[in-house]
Amino acid sequence: MMAKQMAETIWSQPATIKCSEGLHARPADQFVRLAKRFQSAIEIELDGKLVDGKSIWSILTLAAAEGSELTICASGDDAEEAVEALIELIESDFVE
Amino acid sequence: MKFADFICYEAIRPELAANDKEDVINELVASLIDAGEIKADDKKSIVQAILKREELGSTGIGRGVAVPHTKHPSAEQLTGTVGVSAEGVDFNSLDGGKVQLFFLLVSPPDLPQDHLRALENISRQLRDDMFCRFLRQAKSLDDIQQLLKEADNNQFVS
Repeated sequence: MMAKQMAETIWSQPATIKCSEGLHARPADQFVRLAKRFQSAIEIELDGKLVDGKSIWSILTLAAAEGSELTICASGDDAEEAVEALIELIESDFVE
Repeated sequence: MKFADFICYEAIRPELAANDKEDVINELVASLIDAGEIKADDKKSIVQAILKREELGSTGIGRGVAVPHTKHPSAEQLTGTVGVSAEGVDFNSLDGGKVQLFFLLVSPPDLPQDHLRALENISRQLRDDMFCRFLRQAKSLDDIQQLLKEADNNQFVS
């Protein structure tokens, strides 16, 4: 019972959007593709607004411009790994 | 941002004749030229730029919606048009489905914020199933104009 509860990890980390065009359609698509590789539920928080990180539609409604400070939140078995990978994508300025 | 801030009503095409990706883009760019939003001389380079952007990844974002776009100095401000294809067009969408609703955007090179706000408006409004369905069924310019105005008045998004 204890072990099962321990496995359900919640992880979150802040990141700043660096690309001058902001989180537009292509980076949003890249984010979703990467997020979907993880089992964890993934959410993005910006200015108190929380959206589904696995939906391009949701991410586009953030209109996250250059300099926006997002928080990536994941909950699930691979939460830590998911957040690390997604932060890396954002920090790399969405280089494919 | 509202549809009225970036959609040129005169350029709206309720019944697209085109049935492939390149033709749709050509038809919608031509509609912006006819409406006087961009210069006719720039047509080829704008169409090429939009197609090049599509090669990086389709702007067909699912739910039968695509947002082909580019930055181009021909646009003095963010401008866009809407096209509806009843049959739908294969657009290599992210969800694999055909696209019936096109929102084509051309923005000046130095205004990424406006482009983001337009995408925000489109994605927020088109998440509403009823609005999507009404737009797909719209047969005339007046129908589409009316629907966009209703959306601008928040009649669809709760």
